[in-house]
Amino acid sequence: MNSASGKPIDHRSLSWWIDKAVEWTVFLGGFSAIVFIIGIFVFITKEGVGFMGGSFDVGEFFGSIRWNPTSDNRPTYGALALIVGTASVTGLAMIVAVPFSLGAAIYISEFATGRTRETLKVLVELLAAIPSVVWGFIGLTIMNPLIIETFNVPIGLNVLNSGIILGLMAAPIMTTLAEDALKAVPDSYREAAEAMGASRWQVTWRVAIPAGRHGLVAAILLGVGRGFGETMAVLMASGHAINLPTSPFDSVRALTATIAAELGETAVGSDHYQALFTLGILLFVVTFAINLAADVFVRRSDKR
Amino acid sequence: MFASTERTLKAAKTERVVRRLLLGMTLLLILPVLLILGVLIAKGSPVISFEFLFSKPTNGMTAGGIFPALIGTVWLVVVALLASVPVGVAAAIYLSEYAPDNRLTRLINLAIINLAGVPSIVHALFGLGAFVIFFKFGTSILAASLTLAVMTLPVVIVSTRESLQAVPQAFREACWNMGATRWQTIRKVVLPNAVSGILTGIILEVSRTAGETAPIMFTGAAFFLPFLPEGVLDQTMAMSLHLFVVSTQVPNVPEALPYGVALVLVGMVLVMNAASVGLRTWLRGRRKW
Repeated sequence: MNSASGKPIDHRSLSWWIDKAVEWTVFLGGFSAIVFIIGIFVFITKEGVGFMGGSFDVGEFFGSIRWNPTSDNRPTYGALALIVGTASVTGLAMIVAVPFSLGAAIYISEFATGRTRETLKVLVELLAAIPSVVWGFIGLTIMNPLIIETFNVPIGLNVLNSGIILGLMAAPIMTTLAEDALKAVPDSYREAAEAMGASRWQVTWRVAIPAGRHGLVAAILLGVGRGFGETMAVLMASGHAINLPTSPFDSVRALTATIAAELGETAVGSDHYQALFTLGILLFVVTFAINLAADVFVRRSDKR
Repeated sequence: MFASTERTLKAAKTERVVRRLLLGMTLLLILPVLLILGVLIAKGSPVISFEFLFSKPTNGMTAGGIFPALIGTVWLVVVALLASVPVGVAAAIYLSEYAPDNRLTRLINLAIINLAGVPSIVHALFGLGAFVIFFKFGTSILAASLTLAVMTLPVVIVSTRESLQAVPQAFREACWNMGATRWQTIRKVVLPNAVSGILTGIILEVSRTAGETAPIMFTGAAFFLPFLPEGVLDQTMAMSLHLFVVSTQVPNVPEALPYGVALVLVGMVLVMNAASVGLRTWLRGRRKW
């Protein structure tokens, strides 16, 4: 670049170099996110790969409910019951969380105003602040006797218990993201509908929700991902019994809970240890896919 | 005024019903958390005393206090912050102030979203494979804290980026026009205006880190230790794991004891969360632009 007088400007002063150095330093900070996500994949694959190349049997892993890695004569690694366990708990959690989160998001975004809105938002954040292990403790001590008494069943640690707990845990993130999605719908859309004489609900139902639908789907997907990967609460509230559930009152065992409960007792490098890492790979791949799908929806809504 | 037609009357009626329904749903979502807090306070507060907070667990953890777990959580949080705050703030500065709108930036953003979505137990597996085994830190505060740092990195990045982006572009332009480089602008103008917002995010991260259990179970937290940690290569007890242990792993624990542990843990987390929310609200009211 030349200045008006024709002489080249000297960009390379000390502060120019400092600026460059800082740019590179902060770039490394940003790039570290990519390094970490790849690192997670590499390290869990590294620990699990011996099993996948050895005792791993795809048919058994996905088709058998016999998860018995500590058997002396013939250990089995059937993860079907664990997958179904995770799916049933997450499914019930979504039945609880999706309508209530969307309802709350719509109320906060479209109906509540001023102080009410701020208070409700803070309370929803409060819900998100309670640690996972405390939710598990609540499942154990409050929900368990409550379910036994209400439904007259022998055990209260089951799909119902962990599903409700998980629903309450996934609700805040879904509410917050769904509210963001509705807030991103331009007010001019609403004003146009209001000018035609539409009521608040008509505006919400016919204009805001259809316009924000991609963001709402992304919110639900991220909530599903949250439920799917939750560990401590499910470990404590689901009963932790290997079982294909036939009703919400059956105890189940989740993928995450299996890793948490068994990893401490395994020898590093053993088949059992590597099998648990293989469960981790499965969890990683599924949550990664869910997050990618959510991102696709978010980007679609951005295009508008 | 126009006379109301049957159609508008019907719409108004639907409106009232829907509004009540939605408010009801919102309250039903919030009600459990208030009930839970009520129960924890009612059953946990009788347990809490000076002695409970400042003595060691005794009798196979069926009596005594929680001091080693409290101290352990402080260790874990502090070391995790030392690792994650510099990296997270740098990443946020890059994304907010330097990053061009290209494919790499999109990839970084995608990685951050994914990092936040990876299940905590998978972070635990990563921490075990990477920090405990590969880097040979052993099961230690260092390994556990680094695992927590990777896990909570997105919290720092996202909140810092938001507070940086909240600084009006005009502030930067004014500074550039004076001949300042980008870094001079960031250091003298952007960061001073965003520092309290960044602090808010860090407090939120502290509360998140203090409550995590799964990532530290196999990387550095121990069920029971008779001594306090003396350095980052020691193992430690932690509040979150201690709650898990006394409520599921130890027989004959008096019923009230886990409630006391839970109340202290929730108390710590909520106080920090409230501080974060309060600071944010106060800042918003005080912002000059």
